[in-house]
Amino acid sequence: MSDSAAPLTTADGVPLKVSLRRAVRRSKFKALLLVSPLLLFLGIAFVIPIFEMLSRSVANPEVSTSLPRTVAALENWDRQALPDEPVFEALVEDLREGQAARNLGLLASRLNYERSGMRSAINRTARGLGSMEPPYREAMLDAHARWGELDTWKLIERESSPYTMTYYLSALDRHLTPDGEITMAPDNQQIHVSLFWRTFWMSGLITLMTLLLGYPIAFLLANLPLRHSNLLMILVLLPFWTSLLVRTTTWIAILQSQGVLNDMMVFLGVIADEARWQMIHNKIGTVVAMTHILLPFMILPLYSVMKTIPPSYMRAARSLGGRPFLCFRRVYFPLTIPGIAAGGILVFILSIGYYITPALVGGQSGRFITNYIAYHMQTSLNWGLAAAIASILLFVVVVFYLVFNRLVGVDKVKLG
Amino acid sequence: MAIPSYATRGERIWHYVFLGLCALIFLFLVGPLLVIIPLSFNAQPYFTFTQEMLTFDPQGYSLRWYQDFFTSSRWLNAIKNSFIIGIASTILATVLGTIAALGLSSRHMPARGVIMALLISPMIVPLIISAAAMFFFFSRINLAQTYLGVILAHTALGIPFVVITVTATLSSFDTTLIRAAHSLGANPTRTFFKVVLPLVTPGVVSGALFAFITSFDEVVVVLFIAGPEQRTMPIQMWSGIREQISPTILAVATLLVLLSMLLLTTLELLRRRGERLRGLTPG
Amino acid sequence: MKPITRNRALKGAGIAVAGLSALAVAVSAHAQQTLNIVSWGGAYSMSQERAYHEPWMEMTGDEIVNIDRSANALAGLRSQSQAGNVTWDLVDMLPADAMIACAEGLIEPLDHDELLADAPDGTPPSEDFVDGALGECFVASIVYSNIVGFNTEMFPEDGQPSTIEDVFDLENYPGQRALMRRPINNLEWALIADGVDRDDVYDMLETEEGIERAFAKLDTIKDNVIWWEEGAQPPQLLADREVAFASAYNGRIFDAMVSENQPFDIIWDAQVFELDGWVVPTGKLDKVRDYLYFATDTQRLADQAQYISYGPARLSSSDLVSTHAETGIEMTPHMPTYEPNFATAIQKDDEFWADYLDELSQRFDAWLAQ
Repeated sequence: MSDSAAPLTTADGVPLKVSLRRAVRRSKFKALLLVSPLLLFLGIAFVIPIFEMLSRSVANPEVSTSLPRTVAALENWDRQALPDEPVFEALVEDLREGQAARNLGLLASRLNYERSGMRSAINRTARGLGSMEPPYREAMLDAHARWGELDTWKLIERESSPYTMTYYLSALDRHLTPDGEITMAPDNQQIHVSLFWRTFWMSGLITLMTLLLGYPIAFLLANLPLRHSNLLMILVLLPFWTSLLVRTTTWIAILQSQGVLNDMMVFLGVIADEARWQMIHNKIGTVVAMTHILLPFMILPLYSVMKTIPPSYMRAARSLGGRPFLCFRRVYFPLTIPGIAAGGILVFILSIGYYITPALVGGQSGRFITNYIAYHMQTSLNWGLAAAIASILLFVVVVFYLVFNRLVGVDKVKLG
Repeated sequence: MAIPSYATRGERIWHYVFLGLCALIFLFLVGPLLVIIPLSFNAQPYFTFTQEMLTFDPQGYSLRWYQDFFTSSRWLNAIKNSFIIGIASTILATVLGTIAALGLSSRHMPARGVIMALLISPMIVPLIISAAAMFFFFSRINLAQTYLGVILAHTALGIPFVVITVTATLSSFDTTLIRAAHSLGANPTRTFFKVVLPLVTPGVVSGALFAFITSFDEVVVVLFIAGPEQRTMPIQMWSGIREQISPTILAVATLLVLLSMLLLTTLELLRRRGERLRGLTPG
Repeated sequence: MKPITRNRALKGAGIAVAGLSALAVAVSAHAQQTLNIVSWGGAYSMSQERAYHEPWMEMTGDEIVNIDRSANALAGLRSQSQAGNVTWDLVDMLPADAMIACAEGLIEPLDHDELLADAPDGTPPSEDFVDGALGECFVASIVYSNIVGFNTEMFPEDGQPSTIEDVFDLENYPGQRALMRRPINNLEWALIADGVDRDDVYDMLETEEGIERAFAKLDTIKDNVIWWEEGAQPPQLLADREVAFASAYNGRIFDAMVSENQPFDIIWDAQVFELDGWVVPTGKLDKVRDYLYFATDTQRLADQAQYISYGPARLSSSDLVSTHAETGIEMTPHMPTYEPNFATAIQKDDEFWADYLDELSQRFDAWLAQ
């Protein structure tokens, strides 16, 4: 277009460019408007809760809210010797107030996470406060041995900050020494890191198994005439649509030592009645059941990629003299790699977050880090630690999710 | 899958080995689901085939576990809850998800990738993490232990499925049809109901089915945020499996397998219908 | 301390009848309501249903909903109280959990003498309950025991196990063992099987050597252990012959023995006994006051013993313990508190576990994962 030419206008005289831009802006706005109710809903029902949980992994309100006087009194403490009477007096006052309000439990639990014995130190001392008289230093030292230990006071001082990283440290099997240095927890208390690794390698193994089993099926489905493949596709989708608990239950029925498979083996004389295989409540149980459960998630992306590979490619390769295996390896297989990547990442992401199946069939050796999140949520009630472990797991999942999004695009996910 | 005419003998053998292998994998996929069906008719409280069952002695079979199921107020109540929660959350997820999908499929949607990634995230974030997060948050805003809380949580979990299926339907939707409708004088409302809706309905319905089954099958979130009144079927199964595995569970499982067959058939019919409407070849 | 096994004569049945009719008057003015009662499930809930819930529902027209969540009761109470929506009205829990819940203000402090029924002879509750049964926020209803049960068919008739050492003896008593997946009980048993005197067990466990010694002993059977988490699992595992031994609550094994005719037996040696009972979530006291009075009276506790082999927590109930409701067998020999069973018993030290459970759980898990 030359400079001298008049700009194109619409009927009402507005330059076309402007009008177009306006139209685009309008439709952009309209699109956003349509999406906004859902964004708002998910923001409130999903995103905010997730961020709130993340904040719990560092929140540390117990000491600062339950022992405000003690914390203030400890400000000028030299950390070399036990604090003096004013600090003890402040502590007694704080505990008295807490006892009256009946909210010392959380403080006791919080300190006990860092140092065993603090729970009874606080509870027992609090029960005896009624009759306690000054000088409080001696009285407290009598009440519980923990008050006479320097490390107890260092701990209280350290945890007086409203934020803490100790939950993350515990989640990674590390802890703070009384003097604030990060060290590995003793060997016999390390648990989470190895569970993270186990979760990852077992998920990797499950992914590999689904690939090994899913690849031939996807290949078959992609190369059969549609009439047949649709029928077989139903066999793939049936487990996909069946309740997860049902599928897990069936594996219990099949794999347990008095179960169908063992009975069959005994009946056929393959194994002796006393030597039944232990196939459940261990890693085998988890891997078998989860491979079964996640297999459709591998088959479907593989299938949709294989479907797009024209059969003529293989024929061409063959006609050029390639041996079947070579043709497969050099021509067909490379074309399916996007499908492998999509299915693989999907299965892996889903697998590391599984909770139900490992909990029911994994026994002790086949459980995942998710089981520990549940354990700390429900049994040990160490919610900060649960949040820290969950945050780490979430971080890993998000990284893989971003990779997946980059490679495949979430909008390309097909369901069934 | 036909064997090409130029195949060698080795290839033929390989071909049959391959088919055999595939048959085994299919057995692995479907076999376990089929095994439990006869087991659920076991007359004995065992999880395996008894002698009587193997010899097809009628004595070995009974309907007692089904009777157990249909007379237990716990199970019936759990089913009722599952349907209430499932249907309510499906409606919410479908409405919100479909409207959003209309926006997402607009060519001018800004930040499409980011928003899509966000909307799909409930499907990707491990359930235990969502459950823990919702537990903390819903507890604070007095939604834990209420039907509304569970329904909202399940809505969030069902949304990705609706968004995915509906946007997929819309992406293969020919937008010239809308322009055609406009140019023929239809107003936007009429266009939506007469042109857009019939074409995307199969996608919406299959999205809704996904959302429903997601809720109907969901344990972890319910485990964390539901109270005793919201006890659902999966929760009942979960505690049944963890505690006393009675074959009643197998009867329930069989019923659920039948239900999934039903849903799957519906979905397949919908898919075919959708493809016919859009004039695509099935695949 | 009053020994739990102490017997007392019932002073005339008339008092009991008078007590009951007074109670009937007390509850007549009571509006019908639904009570959500949390308990352990299985045979235990069944016994409560028979002994407490059913008569109560008949008498008052209330409806009682049983919720099997006691295993996670503390988490449930905490979250409900955070949610400001406490749906549980009465919770059956362990005294150790009750101690924590009480310190957090989740449950009501109880004035036992005011809230609970006197014994038929007029003894106030504070003197009628066994030692440790009445906590600040807790009232025990039973004494139960953690024992190891076994499937008698899995051992020759002349080679039946009888001591806790046998559980750790793979050579003479082969087979899988099912133990609860937690350090409590297992560490105690390991030390005793290793020759530690039962009075020294908790002192030993406060030292590093003691802990190491316990884990070393557990190491010897580790490869043969299936770890269970729900109380209903051990009888199931034994019945399925998945294991030869299973640690369990004694009532569950008893129930399987008499109600399902399972070939089980109990090793009473080194039983770890503890109490179990009611706590009232904060704000629910008025709603459950009448029920609590009813469900903890002498007769009710004795009635419960007809259905499950847990000892009543009231001394005055002991003499009313009769026979099993279904099978008519004498209950007394199946009680943890029965003299021969009780000879080598250990009382679970709640204060020790309150302090060391966090640390030892982690250590236990780390040990399991090795």
